[in-house]
Amino acid sequence: MYNPEIEAMDREKLASLQLDRLRDTVKRCEENVPFYRHKLKEAGISWKDLKSIDDVAMLPFTTKDDLRENYPFGLFAVPTGEIVRIHASSGTTGTPTVVGYTTRDIDVWAELVARALVSCNADPSDIVQVAYGYGLFTGGLGLHYGVEKLGASVIPISGGNTKRQIRMMADLGTTVLCCTPSYALFMAETAQEMDVDFRQLRLKSGIFGAEPWSDNMRDKIERLLNLSAFDIYGLSEVMGPGVSIECEEKNGLHIFEDAFLAETINPATGERLQYGQQGELVFTTINKFGMPLIRYRTRDVTTLDDTQCPCGRTHVRMKRVSGRSDDMLIIRGVNVFPSQIETVLMQIEGISPHYQIIVERVGGLDMLEVEVEVSEEMFSDRIKALEELQQVITDEIESYLGIGVKVKLMEPKSIARSEGKAIRVKDNREI
Amino acid sequence: MPVKQISVFLENKSGRLLDLTRALGESEVNVRAMCVADTSDFGVVRLIVDDPDRAHDSLKGKGFTVKETTVLAVEVDDTPGGLSRVMAPLVEQEMNIEYLYCFLEKSADNAIVIIRVEEAEQAVGALKSKGFRVVPADELYTM
Repeated sequence: MYNPEIEAMDREKLASLQLDRLRDTVKRCEENVPFYRHKLKEAGISWKDLKSIDDVAMLPFTTKDDLRENYPFGLFAVPTGEIVRIHASSGTTGTPTVVGYTTRDIDVWAELVARALVSCNADPSDIVQVAYGYGLFTGGLGLHYGVEKLGASVIPISGGNTKRQIRMMADLGTTVLCCTPSYALFMAETAQEMDVDFRQLRLKSGIFGAEPWSDNMRDKIERLLNLSAFDIYGLSEVMGPGVSIECEEKNGLHIFEDAFLAETINPATGERLQYGQQGELVFTTINKFGMPLIRYRTRDVTTLDDTQCPCGRTHVRMKRVSGRSDDMLIIRGVNVFPSQIETVLMQIEGISPHYQIIVERVGGLDMLEVEVEVSEEMFSDRIKALEELQQVITDEIESYLGIGVKVKLMEPKSIARSEGKAIRVKDNREI
Repeated sequence: MPVKQISVFLENKSGRLLDLTRALGESEVNVRAMCVADTSDFGVVRLIVDDPDRAHDSLKGKGFTVKETTVLAVEVDDTPGGLSRVMAPLVEQEMNIEYLYCFLEKSADNAIVIIRVEEAEQAVGALKSKGFRVVPADELYTM
């Protein structure tokens, strides 16, 4: 562990630390952020009313819309002069959201990422290739500062230029790779074309995040890239990468609870759920000064687990995000997460991990189409064999989801590759 | 004397067949015979060419999904009933024909039938015993 005193802290002691930090955070919000002052007053609650850590449930929620409405700096809790870094979401849907960090915030963040790196078996002797995008996106710089904090070497290569990524990996002896899981698979494909064998490289750990993925995808990545793959979670509104991280147990991601207070809620009613119940993840930042957030609704769906982890860390674990409470597809009344379709596809032999889900509305009826690439090995010149493959995929998905789908076989590499977040769903419905 | 056939997976998308034939032309591959099998979503193009290895490598290099399969080429009279006469010995041996297609020989009054069966050797034996000529690969490629 990077910081065993905190990471393995007795839970009672941790709760008392959290309460102090929560009260302090809410106090700062009341004093410095008009939006929160108004909101807390409306809810009839003040930081002085917080007597135990569970009292967080009395506080009002913050949503992405609140961030948009207060664009750009409305939620900052310090004068802009104290802000040393600004990041922003890509803003593909509506107004972008902007977040600001103080010097102290950057330092806290770097420590959390350093802890995350150690959790993935990294140490100061490692060479870490950061293939997350650098820039407004928090991925690249977030990981970067953590690597430096740990004292390992960082290759700030950013995303894209895949052939150079692989050459660097080979030439510089990269031991830890950080990127999105879909980009990792794309790298595997490119390496094959370049005749680079991952077994000859020195990679030992991969730290993958910024998009949902499954254990089947993990198996594939570990096999193709010859490394141990870890899931990292974070979101820019709350901090960036390093909100939670898997340990060697790979049985949930430890949330750094000295910095983030985590809850799950029923997304429809806002009611707080117990540990073990699946719901929407909600965070309160309790060690952030630039832009603290109270009960921020992430829209990510997961389950929290407070049972003791064999790794020794006491911080609560979240399951890998199973989907988003807002990008969930509702197809003829059935809830569909893209990750479910991925799970099915990964279990079928001969399918490449590239797929795309297309939703259409035909005559008032929602139709789900899954485009799947046929791998070279699977291609048969007999139509019958291909149709059988198509049928197997159709049957498997239908029995898993409980709704009809149309499966379309595609030529290898015909589905657009992304060098960042994979675009898995094309929703063409006009509702 | 099995003949190498090149099979290519194509999505049913406009222009893909043009891409394929253009790629073959650019690689100076001459097509002897061709057959397209299709469903509503995808198709498989089967080709007999003058240089199967070159065709295979150049198509693969251009990103096509290619497979080499072995098929039989049999000479039949270009007269009514010619095709059925060639079927008979195969059916007698209860051999399942996966697919077949034909083309005309330029230099003679014969047709060539390309046949794909699982048991190629047995099929050659059955055809030869009934006096059919199975066309050797080299001869077919240069026809």
